[in-house]
Amino acid sequence: MNPDASTIAAGAPIEVDLSPVAEGQDIKVFWRGKPIYISHRTKKQIDEARAVPVASLPDPQADEARVKAGHDQWLVVIGICTHLGCIPIAHEGNYDGFFCPCHGSQYDSSGRIRQGPAPANLPVPPYQFVSDTKIQIG
Amino acid sequence: MSGPSDYQPSNPALQWIERRLPILGLVHSSFVVYPTPRNLNYWWTFGAILSFMLGIQILTGVILAMHYTPHADLAFKSVELLVRDVNYGWLLRNMHACGASMFFFAVYVHMLRGLYYGSYKEPREVLWILGVIIYLLMMATGFMGYVLPWGQMSFWGATVITNLFSAIPYVGESIVTLLWGGYSVGNPTLNRFFSLHYLLPFLIAGVVVLHVWALHVAGQNNPDGVEPKTEKDTVPFTPHATIKDGFGVACFLLLYAWFIFYMPNYLGDADNYIPANPGVTPPHIVPEWYYLPFYAILRSIPNKLAGVIGMFSAIIILCFLPWLDAAKTRSSKYRPLAKQFFWIFVAVCILLGYLGAQPPEGIYVIAGRVLTVCYFAYFLIVLPLLSRIETPRPVPNSISEAILAKSGKAVASIAVALVAAGALFVGTLQDARAEEGGTKPPGNSWSFAGPFGKYDRGALQRGLKVYKEVCSNCHGLSLVAFRNLGDPGGPGYSAAQAAAFAADYKIKDGPNDTGDMFERPGRPADYFPSPFPNEQAARAANGGAAPPDLSLITKARSYGRGFPMFLVDFFSQYQEQGPDYVDAVLQGFEDKVPAGVTIPEGSYYNKYFPGHAIKMPKPLSDGQVTYDDGSPATVAQYAHDVTTFLMWTAEPHMEARKRLGLQVFVFLILFAFLMYFTKKKVWADSH
Repeated sequence: MNPDASTIAAGAPIEVDLSPVAEGQDIKVFWRGKPIYISHRTKKQIDEARAVPVASLPDPQADEARVKAGHDQWLVVIGICTHLGCIPIAHEGNYDGFFCPCHGSQYDSSGRIRQGPAPANLPVPPYQFVSDTKIQIG
Repeated sequence: MSGPSDYQPSNPALQWIERRLPILGLVHSSFVVYPTPRNLNYWWTFGAILSFMLGIQILTGVILAMHYTPHADLAFKSVELLVRDVNYGWLLRNMHACGASMFFFAVYVHMLRGLYYGSYKEPREVLWILGVIIYLLMMATGFMGYVLPWGQMSFWGATVITNLFSAIPYVGESIVTLLWGGYSVGNPTLNRFFSLHYLLPFLIAGVVVLHVWALHVAGQNNPDGVEPKTEKDTVPFTPHATIKDGFGVACFLLLYAWFIFYMPNYLGDADNYIPANPGVTPPHIVPEWYYLPFYAILRSIPNKLAGVIGMFSAIIILCFLPWLDAAKTRSSKYRPLAKQFFWIFVAVCILLGYLGAQPPEGIYVIAGRVLTVCYFAYFLIVLPLLSRIETPRPVPNSISEAILAKSGKAVASIAVALVAAGALFVGTLQDARAEEGGTKPPGNSWSFAGPFGKYDRGALQRGLKVYKEVCSNCHGLSLVAFRNLGDPGGPGYSAAQAAAFAADYKIKDGPNDTGDMFERPGRPADYFPSPFPNEQAARAANGGAAPPDLSLITKARSYGRGFPMFLVDFFSQYQEQGPDYVDAVLQGFEDKVPAGVTIPEGSYYNKYFPGHAIKMPKPLSDGQVTYDDGSPATVAQYAHDVTTFLMWTAEPHMEARKRLGLQVFVFLILFAFLMYFTKKKVWADSH
């Protein structure tokens, strides 16, 4: 009763072209049925994310660990709130990150949980940079 | 069941069967001569009501399953086509959906009866635990059933509840993947939920057999909690209990019929008339009313795993009741303190239910936590304590003695209080669920409102004209076929007129013999074509926002009516929130944006649209559509007519529903009277 072969095949990796995404913009793509936010972060957002003391976070994780080296402006997270599964809204909330309208969880510009009932940061899916303007998710 | 029966049928054919399979003797000993306590009140009819409802759900469910398609792309439409095209499909669907609510209502009354009268005490512990198992199976069945129509609430409710299992350490993620059959809620999930939803009711039936068997071993409890001692204490099940259950069922059917025929969507959520969209989360995800108290408990506990444990514990704790409450006196009738705490417990449950539908903010969170503590305190502290310290009133020596001393007025007042509480509770749900963020639309008087409402034929025809000339440029109407224009209860076209109407349209068809797609004139069997080939084209042509299909729009929208209107609505059967909203939005465009309000570039200000910024430009202006019958060519008239038309597209069989409802009601009222007087006659010597 585990996922069948065609479901697994439909979950094969996808390539996303990043060149149309301007700074400060984000897009949403679907992979394996899950929404994935790809954010082209501004310098302000990156600095804000890095300025937070990691130990003070509910789910401690450094921003550097959530992005690829040399591509710090690109944040790729699965857009499913780790509380009960709603899709958080991008560019909302007190931390210029994500805000989940269902029960009020707030994530920062690195997709980390800062406030609210969600227990964990927005998960980062497996991805790699195929070129400077293209990533492969999965 | 007390050993071999000495029943012998008089008919030789039946004797032949009886010797080989003594089923007639079984029925005779269990349901005919079976000694039933003489003092049972009407709370004891709910067992029969529940068996009846299980039968109805299985029967309607099996027939619905003949027409339903359990595929993510087809499920929603298959339910709508079922409701529109299958003979009495609307009735089957309403019976099944409202039946689930009635099933849970009856089971809660049944369980509370058990709680109050101590029916879980020795020697009925296994009977009680089998009941809890039935309840758990019912909850699973109900949850999976709600997913099947694949509306927004179906999909997101499934997402939230399946995500709960990820809280379990180590095996959580694997369990969730198994439930999903994939990486998220999707088609495999729907398929397996359909399979299990079909299976579980038969498991329920099996456990019900065990439940009745266990009941017959111990015998029924009774309101005085004193076991039958002599023959004077009991009456044969048939005709006494049979007729009393029959009357109980008749009254229950009246309530059931009221929902089926006059308030079919009252207990549901408007969002479930929007097809499931994995990319858009509805603003309020709320389960059906019968899960709300447990949802409130889940959300009250801030830790994810603890919340899940708390929610399941709230049900599992029922299994331990026989040991938590060890008081020797069974019935709360003779336990003055326990009685009061029982009613406080009922109030706690109803309040928890109310909180489950509210957004988890502010005072609601605090109240939820307090009430969760109260809920568990009742089982873990109050009952064990009372069983030690309470001095009960003296219990009568026998059932016959109890009957001679009884008064019995209490039941009626309790029933009234319950109905009032129920109305309040259900009313607040409707209120809480409805869209927030816009100004409340004004209430209108619609020709189709109320138990005798009908569609204004003229309005339907004018509304069709408005749709065709204005709305159809952007909005599809894909659930309506041209032939529907000729159906009874609609715009009243003749078959020839409907065919001529259809012929005006160009419908894409094919492939032909050379493999090409081609266009041909429409036929009555064709559906209204959508203006755009797919959602992406719709979005691209409309500034990023896809114009929704209008077939169900008046059922897919709602708004909170506020206190005390929602209470009044419950009794006046008001369910026109959707049409009020659509009518208001059509007229609610304002050229001047109010001071202090900014709306994004490319949007328009609308007074009634939640958030006030709508991507649709003002669609209607005075004089835009010429009416042939001389009705005023004003925006207000257009809005009223097209909304009436869209109510018809959402529910073409409304007139038939109300007509049949009247006939059913008259029948049931007469039937209930007959049952009542027969019951009185049968019981004349026994009370």
